[in-house]
Amino acid sequence: MSDKVLMKGNEAIAEAAIMAGCRHYFGYPITPQTEIAAYMARRMPKIGGTFLQAESEVAAINMVYGAASAGVRVMTSSSSPGISLKSEGISYLAGADLPAVIVNAQRGGPGLGGIQPSQSDYFQATRGGGHGDYHMIVLAPASVQEMASLTIKAFDLADKWRTPCMILADGTTGQMMEPVSFDFDIAPAPEKPWALTGTQGKRAHNITNSLYLSPEELETHNFNRFKKYDEIMKTEPIAEEYKADDADIILVAFGIASRVSKNAVDEARGAGIKAGLIRPITLWPFPSDILFKHTEHARHFISVELSMGQLIEDVMLSTRCRRPVTLCNRAGGMIPVPSQILQAIQNVAANGGN
Amino acid sequence: MTVFKKPHALTDAPFHYCPGCTHGIIHRLVAQAIDELGIEGKTVGVAPVGCSVMAYDYFSCDMTEAAHGRAPAVATGLKRANPENIVFTYQGDGDLASIGTAETVHAAARNENITVIFINNAIYGMTGGQMAPTSLVGQVTQTSPYGRDPALCGYPVKICEMLSELEGPEYLERVAVNSVKNVNAAYKAIKKAFQNQIEGRGFSLVEVLSACPTNWGKTPSESLKWIDSAMIPYYPLGVYKDRSAGIFGGKTGGACDRSESAEKCACSGKADCGGRPVNAGSSNGSDCGKNACGAK
Repeated sequence: MSDKVLMKGNEAIAEAAIMAGCRHYFGYPITPQTEIAAYMARRMPKIGGTFLQAESEVAAINMVYGAASAGVRVMTSSSSPGISLKSEGISYLAGADLPAVIVNAQRGGPGLGGIQPSQSDYFQATRGGGHGDYHMIVLAPASVQEMASLTIKAFDLADKWRTPCMILADGTTGQMMEPVSFDFDIAPAPEKPWALTGTQGKRAHNITNSLYLSPEELETHNFNRFKKYDEIMKTEPIAEEYKADDADIILVAFGIASRVSKNAVDEARGAGIKAGLIRPITLWPFPSDILFKHTEHARHFISVELSMGQLIEDVMLSTRCRRPVTLCNRAGGMIPVPSQILQAIQNVAANGGN
Repeated sequence: MTVFKKPHALTDAPFHYCPGCTHGIIHRLVAQAIDELGIEGKTVGVAPVGCSVMAYDYFSCDMTEAAHGRAPAVATGLKRANPENIVFTYQGDGDLASIGTAETVHAAARNENITVIFINNAIYGMTGGQMAPTSLVGQVTQTSPYGRDPALCGYPVKICEMLSELEGPEYLERVAVNSVKNVNAAYKAIKKAFQNQIEGRGFSLVEVLSACPTNWGKTPSESLKWIDSAMIPYYPLGVYKDRSAGIFGGKTGGACDRSESAEKCACSGKADCGGRPVNAGSSNGSDCGKNACGAK
């Protein structure tokens, strides 16, 4: 299937998941991600897979926990309020070292919020969201093509590291249509000797579990899990750098905000300002080294986000306060236009980059 | 000569349960059923949150530990992933009938082909004796220190009766483990609940009235008697639904007494009893066939 097809972002995620070998999807309707469930409902029965509309997001994520324990590739999707409900289950997945893919097509919050695109679940996604010491890998697509390619990557990373992996999309990337190619090389899922498939009388019983009543034992598990996180942080960060090599002013933005930012960079360059963009593709692990490298020449960083200043904290941590960082944002379902971002760049430039 | 021994489906891990607690008996019955059906190698169990949280250490089959109340959802995921596995949950009353009510009801409504072992001891044991959804009216607990007051917190939840109103589930039976006779009946019910899954019949739940001497503040023997005198009158034993046998629960409540033979029971195991079960009560079963099938 090397030809491109015109698809919604949400549908691209669903089709890519199927290509990655996902045959089990558990979900619950919520705007703006329901196309994923609808697509799975159409496709799964035709290919011997399972689509199940759960009674709640809570049930759906626990069905994911069961299927992940059984060793199959499994996915669920939701939008912000639903992800809050799934967060308990995500914590259990992380605590039991189970691989699963969770899609969040973000909408504005807090509370019931709205149904327009947002990036205000950044903290929730990158800091865990549920209780306890854990992370999950978080991928941030910025195009329908990436909705597909990062979904396949999400399944690979989840299995490779035995961790839940989130695709942090938003209402725009989920709903917009773009040409997408599904010409992917799919690596087979690894063996899962830990999975609950029945002992068949041939081995000791397997257990998937996150309970350790002995504090010494729980601490050991947490230390070991964070050694795994250290490896992930060393090997998995990805970012796109756009005209960043000689930039004086660097925008940092992901997802839909990065696309608007790219336009603003071009407009700034046209106006003689050396602007650039760093687009984190992995939000956790955050590409901190890439940002820090650019503190050598960039004089100012601008965090462009659809939230009230969440990404900016990782920008500050990554640049280690060597350069000033400014927030340029919209919230509540609003998206910045290039002129707003250009204005932010011009304001910084007018101040000598300080 | 048959020597009484521990079922293979139980590990050698020592139980952590309190003296007089009947979890140990029920664990044994579950393991015995797994042994007799020869399914240990393909069985996957789901432990709850509650006193039996560490059941994953006690059963020799593959096991997982679910979040509080979510065992039927976890079991759904396991069963849908590998339908050839035999999947059971083992849950207490707080887990199944309070925080996990939605998961319970919807797994039953879907007739999910799983086996649910539901331990009703009318109290939260692990957290130290708080009021459960199944605590009886007037029952004194840590969080109902003046006795459960219906005006304040309503009435205890009857899970078998409630689920029997659903089209979905295959099999619902309430048993107890407070006498040899009842333990034998409990074993039959538990084995049937697994057999149903093997045969692909669907959602099978066995509610087991169980003792918690520690949190009831009674001796083990007083506790067994309290099951008879206080619990069974409110939670009558019997079959609330057995679709394959044509037994359907209904608004008249009550259950078909397994101890009555099918011939003596007026419904005779046929589906023509108008959807009304035989009200067998707790232990005597004497009115079997009078009120129910006569209503057709």
